[in-house]
Amino acid sequence: MRVLLFGRLSDVAGWRERSFDPAPASLAALKALLAAEDAHLGEALGGRGVQAAVDKAIVRGEAALTARSEVAFLPPMSGG
Amino acid sequence: MSVRLTTDSFDPGAELTAFCAGRTESGAVASFVGIARGDAGATTALELEAYPGFTEAEIGRMVEAAMARFALQGALVVHRHGPIAPREPIVMVATAASHRREAFEACDYLMDYLKSRAPFWKKEHGPAGARWVEPTQRDLHDLARWD
Repeated sequence: MRVLLFGRLSDVAGWRERSFDPAPASLAALKALLAAEDAHLGEALGGRGVQAAVDKAIVRGEAALTARSEVAFLPPMSGG
Repeated sequence: MSVRLTTDSFDPGAELTAFCAGRTESGAVASFVGIARGDAGATTALELEAYPGFTEAEIGRMVEAAMARFALQGALVVHRHGPIAPREPIVMVATAASHRREAFEACDYLMDYLKSRAPFWKKEHGPAGARWVEPTQRDLHDLARWD
């Protein structure tokens, strides 16, 4: 599975995209794995206004993941 | 309706001309162009990050909501991403309706949504370093007007 970080999250982590094999079973398991590897990233993912998208759809709460999932973590957005 | 992301500079005048062409039922077209500010040298470049596929789809949903809410006959969003120099256009919105009020309001509505809800992440580079820009209190207040 693929994980994408956007905005300040990629600056915090020092990476923008990574693959995980095997895939964690759930969004919560993925977040726990990322936080265990990098406490700063774990804290940033739990920050105000950070949303998660699975396969390009915003997920509020939990989601199951598979080897083909694409998870994106999205900090507060600002266009225009 | 048309939603376009581009890493290239664009010509708002040419976009508006094309948007107006051939409209026989629309009595009103309103447009807005957002331009990268220099902030008197404090901002030397902007960088907008998008999530290809997701960003267009989310903006498309916003435009569909505006089409229905304001009974629009057409809508255009052009949005830059990647590095953007001061003075260059970042975003353009155009809306077409039978009458001006709907066209003006839909343009205002779409810009408020784009500022605070469109999936872009904006970094300002300047002599003092780089910083990620997030919606201001004013942006959020502007958006809340449409609830």
